[in-house]
Amino acid sequence: MKYTQGQFIITEKKAIAREIYSFTIACPEVASVAVPGQFVHIRANGFTLRRPISICGIDRKNGTLRIVFEIRGEGTAEIAKLNKGDLIDMLAPLGHGFTVDESFGKVVLIGGGIGTPPMLPLAEIYGSRAVAITGFRSSAAAILQDDFKAAGAETILCTDDGSAGIHGFVTQPFTELAKSGNIDMVYACGPMPMLKGIAAICKENGIRCEISLEERMACGIGACLGCACRTVRNDEEYFAHVCKDGPVFNAEEVLW
Amino acid sequence: MADLSVKVCGVDFKNPIIPASGVFGYGREYEELFPLSELGGIATKGTTLHRRTGNIAPRIAETPSGMLNSVGLQNPGIDHFIETELPYLLTKDLVILANIAGSTPDECAEVAAKLEDTDVHMIELNISCPNVKQGGAAFGTSCDMAAEVTRRVREVTKKPLVVKLSPNVTSIADIARSVEAAGADAVSLINTLLGMRIDINTGRPILRNNVGGMSGPAVFPVAVRMVWQVANAVNIPVIGMGGVSSGRDAIELMMAGASAVQVGAAIFTDPYAPVRIVEEMNEWLDSKGISSVNEIIGAVKPW
Repeated sequence: MKYTQGQFIITEKKAIAREIYSFTIACPEVASVAVPGQFVHIRANGFTLRRPISICGIDRKNGTLRIVFEIRGEGTAEIAKLNKGDLIDMLAPLGHGFTVDESFGKVVLIGGGIGTPPMLPLAEIYGSRAVAITGFRSSAAAILQDDFKAAGAETILCTDDGSAGIHGFVTQPFTELAKSGNIDMVYACGPMPMLKGIAAICKENGIRCEISLEERMACGIGACLGCACRTVRNDEEYFAHVCKDGPVFNAEEVLW
Repeated sequence: MADLSVKVCGVDFKNPIIPASGVFGYGREYEELFPLSELGGIATKGTTLHRRTGNIAPRIAETPSGMLNSVGLQNPGIDHFIETELPYLLTKDLVILANIAGSTPDECAEVAAKLEDTDVHMIELNISCPNVKQGGAAFGTSCDMAAEVTRRVREVTKKPLVVKLSPNVTSIADIARSVEAAGADAVSLINTLLGMRIDINTGRPILRNNVGGMSGPAVFPVAVRMVWQVANAVNIPVIGMGGVSSGRDAIELMMAGASAVQVGAAIFTDPYAPVRIVEEMNEWLDSKGISSVNEIIGAVKPW
């Protein structure tokens, strides 16, 4: 694990949905080592704790990272005030990312709400071998659909209110897809009930599944042991840490 | 370039800055960012006789100018520390304060005894952890218990013994006098202040443990006051901590009476905080023409 802390220039800022922002950040040294599933730890001016935000795009050629985040509270609201040309203070890249295997023939990427952004780098790797199932409160909250399509992935959109795509949760289309077989790996990020449901479907169908978790975090690098997650390793219960052992975990390791 | 070296209980520190126990693990994660040898010392993660799993998450919450934590002394146990973490730290040029804790005075003594034949430089006995049900703060909030646990550890160790005090007491000076009389070589303070936040939308406390220890800039004035009171009450050195986030803060705490300064929550905001603070202290001393940091220890001129 190799991470650095520094101030980097925001080269692009877009509001992509209500209270959801996309930043592109010029940080060649971070982009050159970052992998899908990792996160950046951002300093929010005036706050004690940094805010962990998952990586939504890794562009090694241009030396940039993309992050997409939602205003959830005062800290993310402060980060959202930053503009193109401003410096953003990041400790990055952090955490244990997704297992990527170029030999996989078919993968399913499942994102719930603001858990969707970390799925995009995987779509860019797997292209047409990926199916991206994403779920949002409504069509207005749906993000990144064009990005998944541009990466070559098949997209299945779900909304809680039926205002776009399938009226229901991501678990509905995934249940069907899981039965069809030939899925080498499922990657998922989103609310805990969604992840729990997906993990159960994967287990039932014998599909490998990796999930990305979030937790209130302090140091971000595995020193303070703040972001505990109950897991099982070697048949023994173990408090793993989302920042270092995760945020990506094998779904079978997690105690729900 | 001012002389930043200090001596605490006969142990030489190249500078007075020490990452506080709990924020810094056993140092490995920060070596990725800067050489640990730039630090005066390290107070290692509170370590107990046996492995502890700690509390259920959430363990962390933001507060105005600070934070709460309720980690609950998660640690791999003293044997793991001695076999795996200590050899690594001993390759670095800094003072190692092994922070230890236990549920009973005997357990604390047993942990200290295991360190006696190691090359740990100092023991920091935590009698003030607010996040565990047994031991911890229960020892630190009564003069008799604080003295008892100090005495038991004193019996088994010749290493410099620093007792870390809780601020959640009526008179921290009284507790400090009790542990001094029981054989402590130094005291360190303040541990975190007990605090609580509630998510008003759910009615649930943010911390799964309901309450936790508050730290960060918000507690700094409390730390200055308590360091000053304790420094005036005892004849042993005081290691100060609590909300220090700049070189000026560290100077202020030393003026209040601290011989060395620990840095905690500031490291979460700025992982380079300890090395930045050393530089800032040096700049301030130079700007005032003060040749040694020792000149400012206890230099406050109270009204």
